[in-house]
Amino acid sequence: MKDLYLVYKNLTRKKLRLFLTSFAIFIAFLIFGAVTALQGALNAGVEMSADNRLVVMNKINFTQPLPYAYVNKVGNVDGVDKVTHANWFGGYYQEPAQQVITLAVDSAHYFDVYSELAVDPAALAQWQANQSGALIGERLANLYGWKVGDRIPIASNIFSHGDGGHTWNLTIDGIFSGRESQTDTGYLVFHYQYFNETHTYGGDSVGWLILTTEDPSLNDAVAKAIDANFANSAAETETSTEKAFNKAFIEQIGNIGLIISSVVFTAFFIILVVVGNTMVLAIRERTGEIAVLKTLGFSSLRIFTMVLVESFLLAFVGGLLGLTAAYITVEVLSGVFANFLPNLVLDQDIVIQALGYMLLLGLVTGMIPAVRALRLNIVSGFSRD
Amino acid sequence: MSDEILFDLKNLAKRFVKGKESISIFEYLSMTLKKGDFVAIMGPSGSGKTTLLNMLGGVDQPTGGEIWFDGSRIDNLREGALAQWRANNIGFIFQFYNLMPMLNAHRNVELPLLLTNLSRKQRDQQVQTALKLVGLEDRAKHMPSEMSGGQQQRVAIARAMVSDPKLLLCDEPTGDLDRQTADEILEMLQLLNRDFGKTIMMVTHDPAAAKYATRTLHLDKGQFAEKELAA
Repeated sequence: MKDLYLVYKNLTRKKLRLFLTSFAIFIAFLIFGAVTALQGALNAGVEMSADNRLVVMNKINFTQPLPYAYVNKVGNVDGVDKVTHANWFGGYYQEPAQQVITLAVDSAHYFDVYSELAVDPAALAQWQANQSGALIGERLANLYGWKVGDRIPIASNIFSHGDGGHTWNLTIDGIFSGRESQTDTGYLVFHYQYFNETHTYGGDSVGWLILTTEDPSLNDAVAKAIDANFANSAAETETSTEKAFNKAFIEQIGNIGLIISSVVFTAFFIILVVVGNTMVLAIRERTGEIAVLKTLGFSSLRIFTMVLVESFLLAFVGGLLGLTAAYITVEVLSGVFANFLPNLVLDQDIVIQALGYMLLLGLVTGMIPAVRALRLNIVSGFSRD
Repeated sequence: MSDEILFDLKNLAKRFVKGKESISIFEYLSMTLKKGDFVAIMGPSGSGKTTLLNMLGGVDQPTGGEIWFDGSRIDNLREGALAQWRANNIGFIFQFYNLMPMLNAHRNVELPLLLTNLSRKQRDQQVQTALKLVGLEDRAKHMPSEMSGGQQQRVAIARAMVSDPKLLLCDEPTGDLDRQTADEILEMLQLLNRDFGKTIMMVTHDPAAAKYATRTLHLDKGQFAEKELAA
């Protein structure tokens, strides 16, 4: 503790250098915190995927529909437990900028397949009986302040309504929530049948099928059986686990993981070089002072510790400030992009990871100068001064 | 001056290896330093004065011979034990003061006390006493850059004295000062020797500085030639 004052005075002796070095570390951890939180938000769907859930889509691509008749056929494949389906509606509320993720789903089985969604049985029954009804997720309800009984106009940027417009007026029959905090509840579901009967483009087709297998070990066999079943048909299928499907969906905008890792790694590497170089120079120009301390009776180990502590302090001061800035940034962005990135949060895992990197940064950048200080011969220390 | 021997150097040798060449600084160098001595070591450049001082201070190791301090052999101590020995027994005064530029006078003088178990309050009291001894109690908060060379050297003397060491080792303590300031510093060293009984060994090129010592040893070609001076 007595040496902390010395460490502090050494650290703050050149204010501009301290500021610039801390700023470099600050930027590195700001990038790390914000980008890792973004990666977490993008991967949340992948992480939350059920092990025994498969997705069947058109082999051409995700936007091509599948015939409605596939639903029963898939249901009859050995190993399949439950099947449901969904159509992307391309919904928005009042203006196109206010996107509302809207799916036209099979009201009878959708919530059986998505068992992580919790909905009041009475509300579910009411919705199933009300053709123009809708169930909305808790987060979406909070976002727009919608409540049960509200009648909301949801327009589509893909489909036209049979009445000539683009808007479907839906009544909210209930609000579903997630059994886990990370479950996405930022969307709306309404009846496939109502959608199928009222839209003017095509018909009797579904966007994709979702099924659960009797056991995750059957996933491969079931997927192969389904795809084999529709091979050489007009609409061949590609069946994958929900995890792989979600991952492929995210990777449509590029390999996010690789991009993020590259950015973070590059930032860290540059910071490592900058801070390491600064520390080496700072200790080198103090060679004479270290020799004096050793002459006065400070042990080499004590000086080694002081240099290392200085390096850790530098890493933690810049790092914690950067992480705090990242937290604020993420909080602001999570409000702005609540609709698209519902799980954008700088959580405990990221903080622990960042603290680990700060420790590593301090250790790597401090080790070389600390060892040099440890090994410094007093006589040669004075002659180099 | 007492008859008790503080330092006893027996057949001391120091060699440097430079490339393929082995250079001998001195061989079979012997001397004793009694408690209360004020010894000046003079000699031409390269005669090994500073090397000798470094070995007496435990910052350099001889390549042969023995160094005994107050009845204990020190030349075979490990680095950690030597550091502890220095902290307990030796005060250093350098030509260029070697104060920490980021610490004020008070904090500079406090440095050796950080190696003790004294409380903050006790340390502050000892620092104030040491600064008072060198007449700089009103400069405690001043940074080295805010002080003259003479004042900085007085702070360095206070630092060397603050832990009450048995021996002060001074390497050209007035080499960077004008005559008047140098005399002030030398008078201070003389006072520490005479009134406080401090044993002092001083390396100097300056015959006028050597006059303040009670003994002068001339080191040349690896051997001493002694000359007693009146204090």
